[in-house]
Amino acid sequence: MSSHRQIKEGSFHILGGDFANAGEASTSIKRELLEMGVEEDTIRRVSIATFEAEMNIIIYATAGIIRYTITPEEVIIIAEDMGPGIEDIELAMQEGYSTAPDWVREMGWGAGMGLPNMKKNSDVFKIDSVVGEGTRVDMIIKRRRNETEADQ
Amino acid sequence: MRLKQISERLSLQPVNATEEMLSADVTGGYISDLLSDVMANAERGTLWITLQTHENIVAVAVLKELAGVVIVNGRRPSEEAVEKALQEGVPLFVTPLSGFEVAGRLYMLFHAEEIQG
Repeated sequence: MSSHRQIKEGSFHILGGDFANAGEASTSIKRELLEMGVEEDTIRRVSIATFEAEMNIIIYATAGIIRYTITPEEVIIIAEDMGPGIEDIELAMQEGYSTAPDWVREMGWGAGMGLPNMKKNSDVFKIDSVVGEGTRVDMIIKRRRNETEADQ
Repeated sequence: MRLKQISERLSLQPVNATEEMLSADVTGGYISDLLSDVMANAERGTLWITLQTHENIVAVAVLKELAGVVIVNGRRPSEEAVEKALQEGVPLFVTPLSGFEVAGRLYMLFHAEEIQG
């Protein structure tokens, strides 16, 4: 049962505008989860949430960092960026709302699904933003959610 | 259904597909040009039909473990996309057909019996 004590963490630096490397952080985290034998549903949710966080840094920010912690109970993802910040978080959380420029939309991004996707796939979702400084998103994806729910 | 069978039946032109890639099993299809929509809703093993051509389609296909990407309307994937797809082993296809045509034909392959009754 040594795996029960296993905790892994790491971080990735993301550069704003670096579409060429989009997905590298989330793919690496996914690989880590696969290697640790983490259950499929958790991997799926972490992948979606992390990828959207990564894309938001690439699309909107100058630079950012994604940190992850994998424990037997949960996966914690923190995405923090130096960027324009979000003026109206409530509005930004609405599906379909986006401030992305046209050329980003033409790539199929900026459909106003990123933040809602992140929230939907997290058990705990927190967003803090200061206009002109940056944004921080904290997400916790609980593992074996079904089991926990059944216990309650 | 094998990817090879599907690509032959739909006359899809493989861009980079090796025999090994073509032997992959396909479970269905998903059509969308919004990458976050594909991230949220496409299921593993499905063939993704899109008109997007840039390299991020490969990242999405890898993360979602999609069976491959079909680029429609005679569009060509960018060089970066082709290179990335080779590295990651993601099969890319092109076709002069529209998304509607590809999705319809693919649907027929999977559901022919139901449609014909």
